[in-house]
Amino acid sequence: MFQIRLHGRGGQGVVTGAEMLSIAAFLQGRHAQAFPSFGSERTGAPVVAYCRIDDKEIRLREPIMEPDALIIQDPTLLHQVDLFSGLKPRDGYILINTTRSFDELGIADFVSGFRPARLCTVPATELAVKHVGRPLPNAALLGGFAAVTGLLELKSVAAAIRDKFSGRVAEANVAAATAAYETVRQEMKEAASHA
Amino acid sequence: MLKQIEGSHGVAEAVALCRPEVICAYPISPQTHIVEALGEMVKSGELAPCEFINVESEFSAMSVAIGASAAGARAYTATASQGLLYMVEAMFNAAGLGLPIVMTVANRAIGAPINIWNDHSDSMSQRDCGWIQLFAENNQEALDLHIQAFRLGEELSLPVMVCMDGFILTHAYERLDLPTREQVAAYLPPYEPRQVLDPREPVSIGAMVGPEAFAEVRYLAHAKQMQALELIPQHAREFQRIFGRDSGGLVRGYRTEDAATIVVALGSVLGTIKDTVDEMREQGHRIGVLGVTSFRPFPLAEVRRILAPAQRVVVLEKALAVGIGGILSANVRMALSGVQLHGYTVIAGLGGRPITRKSLHKLFREAERDELEPLTFLDLDWNLVNRVLEREKQRRRSGPIAETILRDVGVVGARVG
Repeated sequence: MFQIRLHGRGGQGVVTGAEMLSIAAFLQGRHAQAFPSFGSERTGAPVVAYCRIDDKEIRLREPIMEPDALIIQDPTLLHQVDLFSGLKPRDGYILINTTRSFDELGIADFVSGFRPARLCTVPATELAVKHVGRPLPNAALLGGFAAVTGLLELKSVAAAIRDKFSGRVAEANVAAATAAYETVRQEMKEAASHA
Repeated sequence: MLKQIEGSHGVAEAVALCRPEVICAYPISPQTHIVEALGEMVKSGELAPCEFINVESEFSAMSVAIGASAAGARAYTATASQGLLYMVEAMFNAAGLGLPIVMTVANRAIGAPINIWNDHSDSMSQRDCGWIQLFAENNQEALDLHIQAFRLGEELSLPVMVCMDGFILTHAYERLDLPTREQVAAYLPPYEPRQVLDPREPVSIGAMVGPEAFAEVRYLAHAKQMQALELIPQHAREFQRIFGRDSGGLVRGYRTEDAATIVVALGSVLGTIKDTVDEMREQGHRIGVLGVTSFRPFPLAEVRRILAPAQRVVVLEKALAVGIGGILSANVRMALSGVQLHGYTVIAGLGGRPITRKSLHKLFREAERDELEPLTFLDLDWNLVNRVLEREKQRRRSGPIAETILRDVGVVGARVG
């Protein structure tokens, strides 16, 4: 079972992000379960959503306390919420919506034990503003997630976005996700050539 | 057809396939998504003929359902928590009159203190009002139980409540197999009321009954629920024949053969318990689970048959009978009358407290060693409790408990689980 925890703030589409992840996994024939952390659904308040992906029925109903991957939609949470709680050491994936580096975010020490290929930043808000016209980073982050984990194909992510949204909004979000996917692939290629 | 959708949406689709003619509801979390989706289907004409009636309270929602059902319409509503409490008087009337209304209860805690999260306090408060109560373990079962609920309720002329865990199920996206219109039509015949308000054949419904016959009318309500004990398994078998899925029934045992310890529970926590039991079985523990799907009527004989060979029973429940402890436990003990075994009651998951595998592993091991207290509160923060008790000892005006304890807890927004 692969477990993903998404952190963001109310209004950023954190819950929708988790739901779209589950739809993308479903479209690839997998079992998936997405659910919100419920509660403080106020604009700007810290929000957590979860997604589990497996090859068999998922019966577990506890919150995800030991995620395989973290998607951080709002880097201002980094020093407010215990975002990394329970993340699988070394093998965990961290995807952050930011234009800054892990160094600049002040978490270089924390992530030093992780595999560099699993640490990833995406300027998802900027991509969303460019393509969607609004600072809603969730779809772009899913494109980045597909690229860094290889767990989902970009086309499944696009289909999941089209399942939740329609018309121009859907296509704009697909464009943002595609751009994020390509950005991350490019970063990974560059990192591999330096290694 | 397989779809990855929200539990609430799946239930709305299932209810729509049952062709209700009147839907009335007042919004309350976590039930709202269900009636919102149905409202959209009525507005778009996808669900027709059907009247969606906006009411000003839950009391009116149930009253409208009663009127609609008495006039011969298939009626549906949904609620939770305080909303259910607000319709209580009408709940007893719906059951006492024998009107086959189907209602979803998206289980949620009851205040005070106000709390929007999941536990079973709401539907448990209505356990004795005469409604049939079915508990769903997952969203597929929630969907399937609604289809079975219309069939069962209309055959017996009794209202049926389908309980599904608020948020945990209602707001979860998972894979659902949505039945076809043809399958539902083959399973659920058109509503043929036993009693109907029809100007061509006038009757009155709701007579005053004095001591000469009140007990007999009440006994018949009980007798009907006893008939449900026969019908529920039959309906589940027929459901399996038409839909190809094993859903519903009275109880559901899991790895109970040869089990020394059996855990009994209702609803979605059964999934987490089953995962824990699988892990413990791999380590050689003789442990199993009994899920109770039909809480009313309570299947005494089935519960006894499955539990009696065990050495101990742990009843884990998401509701508290203040002043005694367990509610499900009391029912289970009645089923085990005369059977010698260790019985433990565990109150867990109140007000949305997560029930984790980690806590269950520890709990079940303590039970196996017979080290549990007869009544245990899972993951209770004794430090918080004792601080309040200490404060009350020291000061007469110790203040409101909820506010004081929140100050002791500090900021919860920074937590992850």
